[in-house]
Amino acid sequence: MNKILAVAGVVIKELYRRKDFYILFILTALMTLLLGSVNLFNDDRIVRYLKEICLLLIWLSTLIIAITTAARQIPFEREQRTIFPLLAKPIARWQVVLGKFAGCWLASGLALIVFYGFFALISASREHTLPAAHYFQALWLHWLMLGIVIALTLLGSVALTTPAANVTIVFILSVGILFVGEHLHKVAGRMSEPASTLVTLGYFLLPHLEFFDVRRLIIHDWPLIEWTYIGGATLYGLAYAAFFLLAACLVFRRKALN
Amino acid sequence: MAAILRTENLRVEYRSRESQSGAKVALQGLNLSVGAGEVFGFLGPNGAGKTTTMNVLLGYVNPTAGAAYLFDVNVREPIARQRIGYLPELTYYYKFLTAEELLRFYARIFEIPNAETERRIDQLLKLVELEHARKRPIRTYSKGMQQRAGLAQALINNPDLLLLDEPTSGLDPLGRMKVREIIQRLKSEGKTVFFSSHELGEVETVCDRVAILHQGELKVQGRVSDLLSEHQTNLEQVFLKIVGYQPQTS
Repeated sequence: MNKILAVAGVVIKELYRRKDFYILFILTALMTLLLGSVNLFNDDRIVRYLKEICLLLIWLSTLIIAITTAARQIPFEREQRTIFPLLAKPIARWQVVLGKFAGCWLASGLALIVFYGFFALISASREHTLPAAHYFQALWLHWLMLGIVIALTLLGSVALTTPAANVTIVFILSVGILFVGEHLHKVAGRMSEPASTLVTLGYFLLPHLEFFDVRRLIIHDWPLIEWTYIGGATLYGLAYAAFFLLAACLVFRRKALN
Repeated sequence: MAAILRTENLRVEYRSRESQSGAKVALQGLNLSVGAGEVFGFLGPNGAGKTTTMNVLLGYVNPTAGAAYLFDVNVREPIARQRIGYLPELTYYYKFLTAEELLRFYARIFEIPNAETERRIDQLLKLVELEHARKRPIRTYSKGMQQRAGLAQALINNPDLLLLDEPTSGLDPLGRMKVREIIQRLKSEGKTVFFSSHELGEVETVCDRVAILHQGELKVQGRVSDLLSEHQTNLEQVFLKIVGYQPQTS
């Protein structure tokens, strides 16, 4: 565990010493601040609409941070050849993969806390209320979703030849699932064979990232989700992340590094 | 003398799309044995298979046949690398880390206790004369400073065996002297040093034994003094003779 955390520590250090994270954060913060300060005709619906835009912005920003950070980890180590002194130490390749995952996931979690914290402060300053449990549920599920995406990106980074291809594929796949994932089986019903069977298979095999999207909970002040459902979603998310990580470890174990 | 590093009929083939036969043989039946406390020079022209051997010893490449052992543990097991230090030919370190952060990171991989880590960091940064730059990111270091940081990381676990890949390559004469002094000091402490080099004069000075590799085959393995007296010449001439170099006559 110590070795995994050591690798994770280097991932986090790298992230906060790079400038792109700060640029993305400042841009998101500025837009949140700008949208949060708008108060058009005291119309409640407009405030909700602005909150929706802010949260969408946070989702996109964190998705970009998670995918780009995870995608460059192992290819960057190989390109810069830092993987060689690292693997010359008593560390197994699966520990490197898990360390990279832990680092990216923790870093994403920290970014989420910053983004949600900022958004909650802006909202609370306008609405004079801070539904902490709602924010916790939204943040927790969002973090689990990022865990699945990071694990999938790490698998792509050891299986695909270029980081750019990996980033593009994972980003399109993630956004695609988020927007149309829940409708895939309906789409399959209108298709002819074999496409119908393939899309149905995709519906059952792909991780349903949209399960974790509970932005409406905050936007419309809906009642809290039952904690048993949160527990189920946690198991579902961890199972998918574990599956992708296992596949990444198996692929990376067989890679000749020379 | 107990063998600290051992290879048995080591064979490595690389699949090649260009090659008509489908595979390129990088190493064929390599048998090496390095005893405790030896300084062992691993020589050969470019493409002889030195880097491939190092890659197998460090677990980067799996052998096609045969096996390699460090301290009698198969190199496929990460624990085989618990007592070794490795210095690559070029500096491949996280440039956004400072020297002390880099050493602390590697110390955690070796699971060295915190207090001992801090003691070793102070000691090693003093040894490689990087104390003044310990809190600066490695990207701000000169090439020589980066190589010295590399030497410090190779020694963080107080290794019993050091694998050095062209340790003086690209260093100025002062840097080379410093590395040579460190190798001699490690030898006097009873450490085993296995290093590949093209600097034959240096190898002749510091090594007890050498192995010469050519086209993936081991051509000779023996004591430097025995080779010199057998061939009645210096190591460079012995090397050229063994690899079959014919000087062009006008």
